[in-house]
Amino acid sequence: MKISATVTLKKDVLDPQGKVVSQTLKNMGYKSVINVRQGKYFEIELNEADKEKAKKIVEEISKKLLTNIIIEDYTINLE
Amino acid sequence: MKSSVIVFPGSNCDRDIAVALEKFQINNQMVWHNETNLPKSDLVILPGGFSYGDYLRTGCIASKSRIMHDIIKHANGGGLILGICNGFQILIEIGLLPGVLLRNKKLRFVSKNVYLKVINIENQFCLSCVKKNIIELPIAHNEGNYFADDKILQNLEDNNLIAFKYCDEKGNISNNSNPNGSSNNIAGILNNSKNILGMMPHPERLIDPILSGEDGSMIFESLLKSQ
Amino acid sequence: MKITPEIIDKHGIKPDEYKKIISLIGKKPNLLELGIFSAMWNEHCSYKSSKKYLKTLPTKNKKVIQGPGENAGVVDIGDNDAIVFKIESHNHPSYIEPYQGAATGVGGILRDIFTMGARPIATLNSIHFGNHEHSKTKNLLNGVVSGIGGYGNCIGIPTVGGEVKFDSSYNENILVNAMAVGLVKKNKIFYSKAKGINKPVIYIGSKTGRDGIHGASMASVEFDKNAEEKKPTVQVGDPFTEKLLLEACLELMKDDSIISIQDMGAAGLTSSSVEMAAKGNLGIEINLDKVPCREEKMTPYEMMLSESQERMLLILNSEKVENAKKIFKKWELDFSIIGKTTSSKNLVLNFNGKEVANLPLSSLSTDVPVYDRKWRKSIVPKKINSRKDFKSFKIIDSLKKILMSPNNSEKSWIWEQYDQTVMGDTVQKPGGDSAVVRIHGKNKGVAITVDSSAHYCLANPMVGGKQVVCEAWRNLISVGANPIAITNCLNFGNPEKDKIMGQFVESIDGISQACTYLDFPVVSGNVSFYNETQNKAISPTPTIGAVGVIKNLDYMLTKNFKEVGSYILVVGKTLGHLHQSEFFREVVKINDGPPPEVNLFNEKNNGTFIQTLISKKLLNSVHDISSGGILVALSEMCIFGKIGAKIKIPQDSISPHEYLFAEDQSRYLIEVNNKNKDEVSKILEKNGIFYEVIGKTQRDSLDLYKEFDIKLNNLYKLNSFWFKNYFKEN
Repeated sequence: MKISATVTLKKDVLDPQGKVVSQTLKNMGYKSVINVRQGKYFEIELNEADKEKAKKIVEEISKKLLTNIIIEDYTINLE
Repeated sequence: MKSSVIVFPGSNCDRDIAVALEKFQINNQMVWHNETNLPKSDLVILPGGFSYGDYLRTGCIASKSRIMHDIIKHANGGGLILGICNGFQILIEIGLLPGVLLRNKKLRFVSKNVYLKVINIENQFCLSCVKKNIIELPIAHNEGNYFADDKILQNLEDNNLIAFKYCDEKGNISNNSNPNGSSNNIAGILNNSKNILGMMPHPERLIDPILSGEDGSMIFESLLKSQ
Repeated sequence: MKITPEIIDKHGIKPDEYKKIISLIGKKPNLLELGIFSAMWNEHCSYKSSKKYLKTLPTKNKKVIQGPGENAGVVDIGDNDAIVFKIESHNHPSYIEPYQGAATGVGGILRDIFTMGARPIATLNSIHFGNHEHSKTKNLLNGVVSGIGGYGNCIGIPTVGGEVKFDSSYNENILVNAMAVGLVKKNKIFYSKAKGINKPVIYIGSKTGRDGIHGASMASVEFDKNAEEKKPTVQVGDPFTEKLLLEACLELMKDDSIISIQDMGAAGLTSSSVEMAAKGNLGIEINLDKVPCREEKMTPYEMMLSESQERMLLILNSEKVENAKKIFKKWELDFSIIGKTTSSKNLVLNFNGKEVANLPLSSLSTDVPVYDRKWRKSIVPKKINSRKDFKSFKIIDSLKKILMSPNNSEKSWIWEQYDQTVMGDTVQKPGGDSAVVRIHGKNKGVAITVDSSAHYCLANPMVGGKQVVCEAWRNLISVGANPIAITNCLNFGNPEKDKIMGQFVESIDGISQACTYLDFPVVSGNVSFYNETQNKAISPTPTIGAVGVIKNLDYMLTKNFKEVGSYILVVGKTLGHLHQSEFFREVVKINDGPPPEVNLFNEKNNGTFIQTLISKKLLNSVHDISSGGILVALSEMCIFGKIGAKIKIPQDSISPHEYLFAEDQSRYLIEVNNKNKDEVSKILEKNGIFYEVIGKTQRDSLDLYKEFDIKLNNLYKLNSFWFKNYFKEN
């Protein structure tokens, strides 16, 4: 079973990288770009057939390791 | 010899390289990244530092600068280009050199002096190293781990396009003397026509005996000699 | 919104303080005004518990251009050059989010330097963690080191020195003290005092977000079990933007556009606007609609208390505004005229066409209460005859144990993560007695060191305070520098407890005595109180950052042995004091007893004559004797120089253990070659300086007569083992 998790900075936290990417895109001519936030994408393959159980495991992994809960949030994407 | 040092937002070693060029009496100009025209130059230098904070991918955003068009023209016309550290990363992002620079194997920034074996002495950047082909230079980087597929690596080896490899003080090239996990201990490479050199170590930081050494001087001496 | 007692309490304002506020401003403050008081009246910004004692520190000498009271201290180093320097803490945020806490600590101290017109040329740091076996320590250490490197390396300023200490008193309260040093021309120093009425007040740098709201208040509150819940107040640093800000400011500072300038640090826009106007005895009016915001629908409260990083406040000459705008546009930074100076002496804030706050500046500055907190003297431990038979510990095993301990191990694992040589002027890197950075373009150098001795201070705060200043002084002398001045970061527990306040008062007394005697004044610094969790306070930790000048770098010295066959001398008398030494604490496991005494006369005298010997080029190398005593200092000279020594203890009035491991103060180890030995002896004897010859340098090994013989390779392996092992990289 493959489950992915996306980790992003919390809403009010400064994203220096996103800020520079956004500005660069504008400089490259993409005037319609308003804002960019940069995050991380994890693809986790599990030896678990039960969808609910797998989701629970990835939740736990996200909380315990993948996310810096002080400044980041995560979302689980089911395939 | 006339040189141009390109300054990007976040470049840190631009002053250091300008000091070195002045010491060796190379006529230098600082060129802001946003200029469209490159002044007439024999040598273009992409300095070290953290252009654009290394955000997104190191060297990536700098490679989209307005000045790049003229730099590529200069390269295609056989002009000399020296990319140091972040400059090497930018040359790779532009596509003037092959491969990729990944995060150091130990996932840590590393700043220390290392020994290098000068593998290719017959290029305009390394002529002076004929008198001493094991040199000591400082490295200071997070992403110095050179990686390329086997085909590219083979091409580099076969065509003598590797300028420097990390070694120990006796010149032995091994895992122990590799500070960042680079394939084949590669520390610097040349392009096919040998007018472009990308290197991770900083020659401009070791041109003064009071700073623990002068091996960096040989790069600048070579450039002057090659004129 | 109704201001309830609960809201007042949440703002960290005590009931009697609230009463005083009302009497000062003649009305009840609204929520925004309450927030402003909360920021300006808390310990971090107001120094209300410490001011009374900080005033007793010596702050002047012939070379001091600017003492405490500005963004940083400034000293004259000759040729129209001046050095700007300061040390500051970022303890509480680093415990919560170590990477960003440490990173923004570095960012903050750098801004304090370049806001005065100085290009930063070096940073150092003093970081303290809990016991290495404590569950949180490894992560905190990794995070802090990465954060310091992540910020300092990116902005391109070399990190040239520092110290790392481990002690269980920091288990729940780590310390991150960041120091920065900058170079400026004497006639080009910028200050924060506002001048002139109707001058434009300008905001530059990053946009304002909701970061760190109430960060300054957080620094003034102990952690309770719910420290985790304080999470959202940690700011994220952006070193790239700070680099742009640095270059833009220095560019603008080339002419006289700037009347005054201050960085926005703790309590952001509030503290910077209040301090600038109050210093200049003027009023300031701000239109909050003009503040560049990163988030939508930000309220005045959020804008005034935000601690978003990488922002400065300027007061410019009106005719220079357009040119300044161009510079900040080039560097892609926000530039906004947000207000003006007035003659009212009030802080007036407007938003959406309405006045939302109006406070007399005096209530936020000169009228902030200064407390005379109750304090009691520490009980000074008497020297007790040790119950343990320390002489039964083998000397070689004791030396090995000390060299392998986390506090005494060689620390390149840490400092190789910092770029030490960017800017091309680092003459002495970390690992020596002091860092040395060349003044760009000249053969002159500035020597810099940072030191602390918390266990001495815990045992006897007054003696500990004296000692740490002396150690900093010795460290500068050892590289051939002439010490000029210090900056201090005073880290203590809760000052509302009389025992802690007593530690503070007595440490300051000790620091003051040493600074006065050595003509080594305090020019800047900060105080960090409330470093305690659930009633457990840290050991009192005054951290001293010190600066000296090497007029001609040809006279600089290093601690590594230089040649085989030269003499090794101990300058200064060894009395044999073992309490609070590394030998007692690490090996014998005795933690009580007094710290070594400090004799200021000997300290000054010995140091002065070491300087004389250095100026006559009579010495090969110098190393001050501190942690671990003679044997550890000697080992370090051998390991660094890759040259060994053959030594014999030159007296028998005290036992070998006492001679080799005592931490008596005012002592140095010097290496003198054959040619110079007679002249060195003559000078020392003529001036009544006590010294002893303990042996000579030799190849390959360190030999102690009739005790042991160890190969240098082994010594090196032992001394460099700990960090690699801790992080499993062997």
